[in-house]
Amino acid sequence: MYASIKSFASSFFVTGDPLIYGADVSIALTSIAILFVLFYFKKWGWLWREWLTTVDHKKIGIMYLIASLLMLFRGGVDALLMRTQLALPNVHFLQADHYNEVFTTHGTIMILFMAMPMMFGLFNMVVPLQIGARDVAYPFLNSVSFWLFLFGAMLFNISFVIGGSPDAGWLSYPPLSELSGSSGVGENFYIWGIQISGIGSLATGINFIVTILKMRAPGMKFMKMPMFTWSVFSSSIIIIFAFPILTVTLALLFIDRYLGGHLFTMDGGGFPMMYINLIWMWGHPEVYIVVLPAFGIFSEIVATFSRKRIFGYKSMVFALMSISILSFFTWVHHFFTMGSGADVNVAFAIATMAIGIPTGAKVFNWLFTMFRGRIRLEQPMMWTLAFIPCFVVGGATGVMLAVAPADYQYHNSYFLIAHFHQVLIGGVVFGYLAGIYYWWPKLFGFKLNERLGKYAFWLWNIGFYVCFMPQYALGFMGMTRRVYTYGWDMGWGPLNLVSTIGAFLMGIGFVFQVWQILYSVKYGERDTTGDPWNARTLEWSIPSPPPMYNFAVVPVVDERDPFWEEKERRDFAPAEPVPVSKLESIHMPKNSGVPFVFAACWFVVGFGFVFGWNWMAFTGLAGVGISLLVRSFTYDTDYYVPLEEVIETEKAAGRAV
Amino acid sequence: MKKRSKLRGLMLLITGLLTTVLLSGCDGKFVVFDPQGPVAQTQYRLIILSAILCAIVVIPVLAITVFIVLRYRDKPGNTAPYKPHWDDSKVLEILWWGIPIVIIAILGGYTARDTYALARTPKTAVTDVKPIEIQVTSLDWKWLFQYPDQNIATVNYVHIPAGVQVHFELTSDAPMNSFWIPQLGGQEYTMPGMAMSLWLQADKTGEYYGTGANFSGKEFAHMRFNVVSESQADFNKWVDSVKSSSNELTEAGYNELAIPGKSDEQSFSSYPPELFDSIVKKNGGHHMDMDMDENKDDKVDTDEQKSDAKDNTHNMDDMSDMDMSNMDMTNDNSSEMNHNHQ
Repeated sequence: MYASIKSFASSFFVTGDPLIYGADVSIALTSIAILFVLFYFKKWGWLWREWLTTVDHKKIGIMYLIASLLMLFRGGVDALLMRTQLALPNVHFLQADHYNEVFTTHGTIMILFMAMPMMFGLFNMVVPLQIGARDVAYPFLNSVSFWLFLFGAMLFNISFVIGGSPDAGWLSYPPLSELSGSSGVGENFYIWGIQISGIGSLATGINFIVTILKMRAPGMKFMKMPMFTWSVFSSSIIIIFAFPILTVTLALLFIDRYLGGHLFTMDGGGFPMMYINLIWMWGHPEVYIVVLPAFGIFSEIVATFSRKRIFGYKSMVFALMSISILSFFTWVHHFFTMGSGADVNVAFAIATMAIGIPTGAKVFNWLFTMFRGRIRLEQPMMWTLAFIPCFVVGGATGVMLAVAPADYQYHNSYFLIAHFHQVLIGGVVFGYLAGIYYWWPKLFGFKLNERLGKYAFWLWNIGFYVCFMPQYALGFMGMTRRVYTYGWDMGWGPLNLVSTIGAFLMGIGFVFQVWQILYSVKYGERDTTGDPWNARTLEWSIPSPPPMYNFAVVPVVDERDPFWEEKERRDFAPAEPVPVSKLESIHMPKNSGVPFVFAACWFVVGFGFVFGWNWMAFTGLAGVGISLLVRSFTYDTDYYVPLEEVIETEKAAGRAV
Repeated sequence: MKKRSKLRGLMLLITGLLTTVLLSGCDGKFVVFDPQGPVAQTQYRLIILSAILCAIVVIPVLAITVFIVLRYRDKPGNTAPYKPHWDDSKVLEILWWGIPIVIIAILGGYTARDTYALARTPKTAVTDVKPIEIQVTSLDWKWLFQYPDQNIATVNYVHIPAGVQVHFELTSDAPMNSFWIPQLGGQEYTMPGMAMSLWLQADKTGEYYGTGANFSGKEFAHMRFNVVSESQADFNKWVDSVKSSSNELTEAGYNELAIPGKSDEQSFSSYPPELFDSIVKKNGGHHMDMDMDENKDDKVDTDEQKSDAKDNTHNMDDMSDMDMSNMDMTNDNSSEMNHNHQ
């Protein structure tokens, strides 16, 4: 008995690495601490009522944000582990296997569990407020999306200490990701972690398309929508076309691994190239999914902090939409060197370069928004300004990569690594950080400390260039990605050391940001006006943080930048409070515990399939079915916020008389 | 004042770090910038061209950014014009949509030209020297090179005659990898069940660094190989020495070699005939062939025959490019080939 438990435990838990024992201990301690706090302060009820069951888009947005910051930490630790391993030739810090797991989880987590949820967090925090809506189109589905994401991400993350992590790269090319190449459970964690959260992402895409199409305030025609809303719209369109491809691809890979299929193996008539085509048909649009909202954020911030209308609104919209279409015609540039032939390579090379055109035009529009404006260098604007040179250079190296014959030299080299980190960190991370700094006071009611933010900003920025500029050079020196070690003979040592120093500078920058958040919770400058930046769009016309129903009176829009126009009309005098007679009771969705339970059941399903425990997987599936039935037979899903409560809330905020 | 000195300190720090980066790069070998053959040369020229074309946009943008931010800062007494409602200009829009279109058109043109040019061996490269064939197989975690004309094989190193076109035929008997010798030219994938072709050429004698570029599992980092380019005479001598002093690679020997693990440099005086084709076929090229083998004694049904024929034409296609382009010189050089065999 004891022996069988011991042998099970040794295959179930990852053993043999001090780093992982350290993680075990810290996970256990953190869990105990969280449980202790919840019991000691009797917060279980609060947690359930206010957060786990919430359908309020703002709270869901905040939960996305917290989860994504945790994942940024996790992915960042992976990055630092890798950079430590590569700092000098012949370092024996990580073993080959462990290194392979670390770069796989780094990529997967950063794209799918950091960038995506941070983006969805911003969608949720901002879009309904910006279009004058009281909620998203499908609040219940929104909650389902979040919990699916979270449980998917957790499933993926526990692979670190239970069963072993995937090690075939962040896109899991077969045959390495097949049973023949990876017989452990790591790839199963990959498949199910992403599959579960991916369904959530697809649902979010649908949700925001419908929200933007149907929930805009009266008068907000398409060409009066804020740029961020436009960018969310275009990003969501890509999501609904791209994510089904991912779902199917992972399902097919699962068939190979679980049912002994051979769709992507060479034996038995399958074809790995099929997988590579499919995964990049999702994977390339995916990078535009995450970067387009950042473009929207920059557009809002540039206009606000230059105190000027966004330049070339129509061409900005056109650029967004054309990028979202072009993004589907570039996937082959990820395998120019797989023998596609000249015709195919030329077509995809030129399609790829073409994306540079609308992207470049956007940069000029941002610059000319600042031109003849008045630029205030507050935190959101600083990140935006840092983004421009970074993204312009990263975009240029992207165009260079698109030159197919030249790509034969860059492909799989550190040149590529430097390029995509430059566009993803410079574009996406800087963009989302800018967005977080910008909308933070709206959601939380206080600003983040300026001084600590500046330290973080400079550490991130200097660290970034120190880390990634040497990697361009390393690419030209023939260093390929995913090597876990190298010898002294290649002369790669010094540049790698510099790069590692840069990575740690960024890590310290992140620590400053955590400190900044904790510090500002206590000492941050409170936002009593609801409009701390003197901004232009509707979300700033309501108190910070907004009441649960957002707008007591649904605004009527007749201009672009409606809030700014209104402020100009009244010559920036304080807004008149609304007479109580204009208020009414407000129709809102009810909280529900079903999404949480539903997603938890999917976690059970995923965990069961990961280990091939069908009893568990099918129990989970039964739970999923029951959750759906419960929801189907729930008729009492909405309610009215009583007029008295609305009046009271608005009076307390000084908005009603 | 204080702020400015802080900024200056930062700038100093940045410049310092950049200098370190640039200087530390000096003792390294920028293999991509050191083209030693016509393929690498073409790619190098394209890299430079694309960098210049991109710089035409990037540098002014960076300059404009700095200028705008400095000029339009919101500080008291700034006399720069402030026009909050100026948000549209057809002329400017046409300019910044137009310039990238022109640049991408130019770059696209060059890209297309060179992509087609590199897809087949150039006619101008046809000299009185017959190209050499080398069959490359990526294994877990080593490279096997076979010389069909010389009937020798090596592991993890390859000798080529300088000034001679080398026709690599690439496949894999393991997860796909990518075959890359930066100084001779860009990479191409090795894929199980497919025979892909890549031509490279070294202009001079020398030793070059070759590597696997696509992640292929645990010891992928050790998939390095040395490329020795030497005069035809030295090459012939080397072939002879391999022939005389090495063991032969047997079927069993190959199977042992294919077992996952690292390997040192090895050489073999001969190898089983059709080894390369059997590797390609074994990995699917295509699965019908496997059925064929199993059913060898049974009746062969027509469908399988058809698909087999198709596969053969497919493989022929892969090779036809190079065969055809060198058709006219095959005869001329047969004598020299015989010489090699002596």
